Amino acid sequence: MFNKADNHNIELEFKKQRRAETLTAAGSSIGAVILALIIGAVIIRLLGVNPFDAYRALIDGAFGTKNSIAETLLRAVPLAITGIGITAAFRASIFNVGAEGQLYLGATSAVCVGLAFPTLHPAILLPLMAIAGMITGALWGGIAVLLKLKFNANEMINTIMMNYIAIYFVSWLVHGPIQQPGSPLGQTAGLSDNAILPIILKQTRLHIGFIITLLMVLLTGFLIYRTVWGYQIRVTGKNMFASQAAGIKVKWVFLSSMLFSGAMAGLAGFFEAAGIQHRMIENISSGYGYTAIVVALLGQLNPFGVLLAAILFGGLQIGASTMETAVGVPASAVTLIQYLIVILFIGRKAFSLIIQQMKKNRKVAA
Amino acid sequence: MIGDLFSFLTSSIFEGFLTASMRLAIPIMLAAIGGIYNERAGISNIGMEGFMIVGSLTGFVVSYYSGSVWIGILAAIFLGILLGLIMGYFEITLKVNQVVFGISLNLFCVGLTSFLFRIIFGITSNSPRITPLPTIMIPILSKIPVIGPILFQQTALAYITYILVLITAIIMYRSAWGMNIIAAGENPEAAETMGVDVIRTRYYAIIISGVLCSIGGAFLSTASTGLFVQNMTAGRGYIALAILVIGRWDPFGVFIAALLFGAADALQLRTQLFNFDIPYQFLVMLPYILCMVVMIFFSKSSRAPAALGEPYDRGGKKSEI
Repeated sequence: MFNKADNHNIELEFKKQRRAETLTAAGSSIGAVILALIIGAVIIRLLGVNPFDAYRALIDGAFGTKNSIAETLLRAVPLAITGIGITAAFRASIFNVGAEGQLYLGATSAVCVGLAFPTLHPAILLPLMAIAGMITGALWGGIAVLLKLKFNANEMINTIMMNYIAIYFVSWLVHGPIQQPGSPLGQTAGLSDNAILPIILKQTRLHIGFIITLLMVLLTGFLIYRTVWGYQIRVTGKNMFASQAAGIKVKWVFLSSMLFSGAMAGLAGFFEAAGIQHRMIENISSGYGYTAIVVALLGQLNPFGVLLAAILFGGLQIGASTMETAVGVPASAVTLIQYLIVILFIGRKAFSLIIQQMKKNRKVAA
Repeated sequence: MIGDLFSFLTSSIFEGFLTASMRLAIPIMLAAIGGIYNERAGISNIGMEGFMIVGSLTGFVVSYYSGSVWIGILAAIFLGILLGLIMGYFEITLKVNQVVFGISLNLFCVGLTSFLFRIIFGITSNSPRITPLPTIMIPILSKIPVIGPILFQQTALAYITYILVLITAIIMYRSAWGMNIIAAGENPEAAETMGVDVIRTRYYAIIISGVLCSIGGAFLSTASTGLFVQNMTAGRGYIALAILVIGRWDPFGVFIAALLFGAADALQLRTQLFNFDIPYQFLVMLPYILCMVVMIFFSKSSRAPAALGEPYDRGGKKSEI
């Protein structure tokens, strides 16, 4: 029906259209960020602080020096790595809200491996710890999907419940069986040098986990967009019944996407313990598992977008404390701005709806 | 033997446990009763946790400055209406993914309340307090063993909750409006053909839900504790979602299920006091574990409203994530 030239033209059309779609999508994320920062500026003004001074301090704290850049990237690591895991699960319409608990348990088991074999060569020990963390995270997440498949139990509610269970369990562990002998704090003994992630930028804390994060982003992008598994995840998330009819093993897609998601959260836990704390502590994560959800959403459930969103949020969080000391705006204002970004992003359709309405009104008036 | 049992049932320890069970059940119960409206109308409210924490803070702050808990609760109701409208706009008008929006809204509300609390009260070592609602003993009825302490040795807000359970049952099963709600949740297209305004019905349902969740949150700060703690809802909004499933979207089912959780919570709190050899972490876990286990048992047989979570479009178009 079509000759070759037509085919070529159609293909070009498609490409153009896809590029335009990506651009508008990216535009809506950026628009949400800008609007939230403007609202944030109004709030800061209401607190009696000049918003320009506040934001200058924020940017300075996040990107001003080599060390602050390293800290920003370091903060982006758990957000990005957990975020790409959540991306895979959400794409399959598995609502994993349990990354926080998966991260805690992953970190704990990685540290246990590290403490058990303190003299092993790092090239063997570190991968072992990472695998232990990933398996633990994956299993903890997997339980929620198994309960969904077997008993039709809502995985979102269960993953939340399992967060509380995991965090209290870890709290008991670090105050009990694996507590550092003689310490009153909720923490394990320190890891040996072999079990600590090497630094990649001198005089900073930036460790090799950042490189691995970049690789994992590439890998996840490849998995989602270029493999059969990724295709099945995307189709199942869009329409479960159609994908079932097409012969896709929907149950396996659900389970495997969650296993991947849990493994990423576990890996993030390993990075936090072996790269920053150098032991397991009671409050290893300040809500990374939850923030990663909004990072994943703002990144449009696209691994590369997630990475950018994670660096943005990392910068906001690191800059927030500088802002607090410099101009006295509480750091929690930034937490608020973060979540506002996502609410605005989700509600982006409102703007086109309002514009439509205005046009209609103008027509009526004319 | 029977005398022993009777003296145990009327002992102050056991009666304390019983009153605490209901006191801890009320916030979850209020939220879950609210959930009956929106879920029966076919729209999910994952944001209950966020609604509750906003209600807690609003109720607390307004009570603190006005000196009256009831004005605080009134303010919480107002905020509940506002949040319900916002959620309705996102989920009904904009037709965004309801799970994604609910989760995000919860995170936003937790951040918002922590920020506002810090702004209003600063960083203080002695947290501000209000005088919580007093317990009202219902004459005669409160003296009945077991039933008395559970039902009739509570605060006024708890008695209002019982009435709300009854009213909800009457609305759902005995009123034309309740029929509209159920129709909008089961088959919105058919309901619309029969003259039900699905969108308006859903908006009302989500606003009622917002109000009840907000009162539930306010109960935590103004009736059971008299103070506000960051993130003090601690997952109760999510437990309320599970209670809906366990109570099968029925007001009395929700009443019983919430009471069960209140009892589990009261039990673990009391066990902590007695200093048994159980690490406290395992006791605190108990309500969450119970929530999972019971939900597993009830999920298979309990049937959610057919159109739950499906955005309704008059043109018949489906929305995307």
